[in-house]
Amino acid sequence: MEFGLVELSRLQFAMTAMYHFLFVPLTLGLSIIVAIMETVYVMTGRPIWRQMTKFWATLFGINFVLGVATGITMEFQFGMNWSYYSHYVGDIFGAPLAIEGLMAFFMEATFVGLMFFGWDKMSKVAHMIVTWLVAIGSNFSALWILIANGWMQNPVGAEFNPDSMRMEMTNFFDVVFNEVAQAKFVHTVSAGYVTASVFVLGVSSWYLLKGRHTELARRSIAIAAAFGLASAFSVVILGDESGYNATHTQKMKLAAIEGMWETQEAPASFTLVGIPDREARETHYAIHIPYAMGLIGTRSLTDQIPGVDQLVAEANEKIRSGIIAYDALMTIREQRDATPAEVRATFEEHSADLGFAMLLKRYVDDPRQATDEQIAMAADDTVPGVGPLFWAFRLMVALGFSFIAVMLYFFYRASFRGMKFPRWALRLGVIIIPTPWIAAELGWFVAEFGRQPWTVDGVLPTALSASHLSITDLLITLAGFVIFYTVLFIIEMGLMIKYIKKGPYIDVAETDEWMKRHEARLSADDATLKPAE
Amino acid sequence: MILHEFMTFEVLRVIWWLLLGVLLIGFALTDGFDMGVGALLPFVGKTDTERRIVINTIGPVWEGNQVWFILGGGAIFAAWPPLYAVSFSGFYLAMFLVLAALILRPVGFKYRSKREGAAWRRNWDWALFVGGAVPALIFGVAVGNVLQGVPFHITPDLLMPRYDGNAIMKLLLLLNPFALLAGVVSLSMLLMHGAAWLGLKTEGAVQQRAQKIGTVAGIVAAVAYALAGVWLAFGIKGYQIVGEVVKDGPSNPLLSEVTHGGSWMQAYSDRPWIVIAPVLAFFGIGMAVLGLRKGKEVSTLLWSKLGITGIISSVGLTMFPFILPSTVDPNSSLTVWDSSSSHLTLFVMLICAIIFVPIILAYTAWVYKVLWGKVTEEELETNAQSY
Repeated sequence: MEFGLVELSRLQFAMTAMYHFLFVPLTLGLSIIVAIMETVYVMTGRPIWRQMTKFWATLFGINFVLGVATGITMEFQFGMNWSYYSHYVGDIFGAPLAIEGLMAFFMEATFVGLMFFGWDKMSKVAHMIVTWLVAIGSNFSALWILIANGWMQNPVGAEFNPDSMRMEMTNFFDVVFNEVAQAKFVHTVSAGYVTASVFVLGVSSWYLLKGRHTELARRSIAIAAAFGLASAFSVVILGDESGYNATHTQKMKLAAIEGMWETQEAPASFTLVGIPDREARETHYAIHIPYAMGLIGTRSLTDQIPGVDQLVAEANEKIRSGIIAYDALMTIREQRDATPAEVRATFEEHSADLGFAMLLKRYVDDPRQATDEQIAMAADDTVPGVGPLFWAFRLMVALGFSFIAVMLYFFYRASFRGMKFPRWALRLGVIIIPTPWIAAELGWFVAEFGRQPWTVDGVLPTALSASHLSITDLLITLAGFVIFYTVLFIIEMGLMIKYIKKGPYIDVAETDEWMKRHEARLSADDATLKPAE
Repeated sequence: MILHEFMTFEVLRVIWWLLLGVLLIGFALTDGFDMGVGALLPFVGKTDTERRIVINTIGPVWEGNQVWFILGGGAIFAAWPPLYAVSFSGFYLAMFLVLAALILRPVGFKYRSKREGAAWRRNWDWALFVGGAVPALIFGVAVGNVLQGVPFHITPDLLMPRYDGNAIMKLLLLLNPFALLAGVVSLSMLLMHGAAWLGLKTEGAVQQRAQKIGTVAGIVAAVAYALAGVWLAFGIKGYQIVGEVVKDGPSNPLLSEVTHGGSWMQAYSDRPWIVIAPVLAFFGIGMAVLGLRKGKEVSTLLWSKLGITGIISSVGLTMFPFILPSTVDPNSSLTVWDSSSSHLTLFVMLICAIIFVPIILAYTAWVYKVLWGKVTEEELETNAQSY
């Protein structure tokens, strides 16, 4: 493996994935908000809700298309840049991706066209159903993608097959009902709902500040605050669930996030802030909250959470056990069916640690030749970058709690103060528009950077997963993606701002003449109701 | 999980080979006319309104159509992981070009008409042209290379895929004469298909221009396809599995021995019935060309679909059981028998396909039914959300 290839591949994947996730959360949340608005329209027949639906749907469309377009890159990049990964775990990882296409993405993409083009072609209720199908499809997409990602964090329902040299599925339901995946799914879609709520709230606040489209803006805030409040609670609660899962599935990630170097006596304290120092194996200037970590992480007073040092020592043992598995594997590969039964048995016994032996590939071609020093280095590699994780996590959590506060406030004003909002609150609403995206990206950073040095936790090291490409290949595509994506981002932002400034519009389909012409098809009170103010 | 034992590994592998074909054909039949329309856009639409009409014929459906491509990628990953691993990393820069073109296309549909400026719209028109023509060409080039074999090998110890050569050379070598001829076949066939679609969905000058170009494209497709067939018969060596063929063994390409020699056309004497594929290809294209000339609408699109189905299935049937042969190390070649997912995964995925594919086809048909009819200028004016 050439030097730098893995790093460049990781950089490209991180960049394209995080870019993709600029658009996904808004799609997840706004699709539902638009569907809720359209439902209100169908139930009340008031044209203002139709106008709101169409306005937010336009912004949804501008965002959606880039989510789809950049998602194409994701679907193919595993094969392009992570070919050994694809070979090694494709038997399990590919399935949720394919099912996502079959069950969710097809539905979402097929109906989104009708959502925009079908207003005059079908009944009100049929159109509302189409809008809901788009929303449901988007959210189901997220489910399957997170089942795939959850398996990388907690590889259940699979085992290594020495004959095909890869992981193979042993139980599909274990993969689907992976606790990590399920918690991540709700956490992630809730984050999307918060993102969309903050977006709708922010844009509406801006209208109120400008004194424009106030009817649309107030109603939008009411929807966004209620939906956003429930979602903000959900994000935090399911984030906690993910943390709880990590105490038994990804101990190292948890220890790194907490900057917890040594195993503390239960219940461990939570480090609120501090400066983790990898060299000194210590977190400087730390402020601790006693018992908090133990309670959150284990939900008990007695269970211990292992610290980094203890986990490195355990990794050292696992590497040694993995070498035994590797040795047996090589015998099986050579002798195939003639392999003595005891070698097969040895392999079975140690195969769970095979991935740990693969960590040595960075230092030595044949893990069986590794020195004690190399084993120690590989064990130390199992510690991800503690500093960035420690801070990214804290920033994400702080943002998560602040969303609850903001949503509570707006919900209160919308529900009990006659939708009157002080100007400072509206300004705040505009300013915080970017923050849910920051929180979402930080969340992915914690999840993926925290999994290093593995692509599949404990199974396959990242260093081994990358395609055997040349540096030139990577530099060309990396430069291509940077230029291409930057241009698209500027165009997208330009259009978003243009359409926000333009505001809602009365399109032909809403004029009196059109209403009269289509009276028969629309519900009777639709045309007779006065437009709201 | 014992249920999957009811179907043998061998049968599942053949079914997934067929489903792979179904997905590729589904992609070509649906997204294919999107690409054709994109590539035709600057030539069949002269005024802005005409071009908007052209774009709006595919505006509501391209997203769903594109999922055939995404699903194709996902299904290859799930059912044929070694193929996914070897081909996408091997065709690295070519794949990047396809991705760039396919990303440009949706953005073009959506954003083009969101601003008034003539330069803005003209730039997006060319982006849509590139987004249609480049993938249409490259997919054919890729098939042309697969037929010739690709310089990859799989390492004996860890089964790591390796693809030889440096970045730029790898890309240039893909553009060899036979592959380019295959690219001409796919590009012209999708141009014909796009023209057939426009024949159905538009009227007046746009329709006539499309049908005129489509007629020529169809003839080019048939001639290029025939030439490629002759070239394949006399100029390109085929691949054969040597010795006993194990059909239910582990997915390890290195376990079988393969020779690079003889002719692909051997398949037509081994399995004479497969001649039906090229016959349907010529027949479908011929009828589509006639239909385009006579201005027939619905039937032309159906004939065009038949022709494309014939062309794509002829490639698969000729190569069976090979999926991706290797030139540098024939033993590394991927075949139906040694590069699939595990027995269980194939079974689970089959169940999912049986459940969801009919549902997909049903709602897709419903959407097309709702959208049935010509796209007219009046419609563009009444729907503010149109492109």
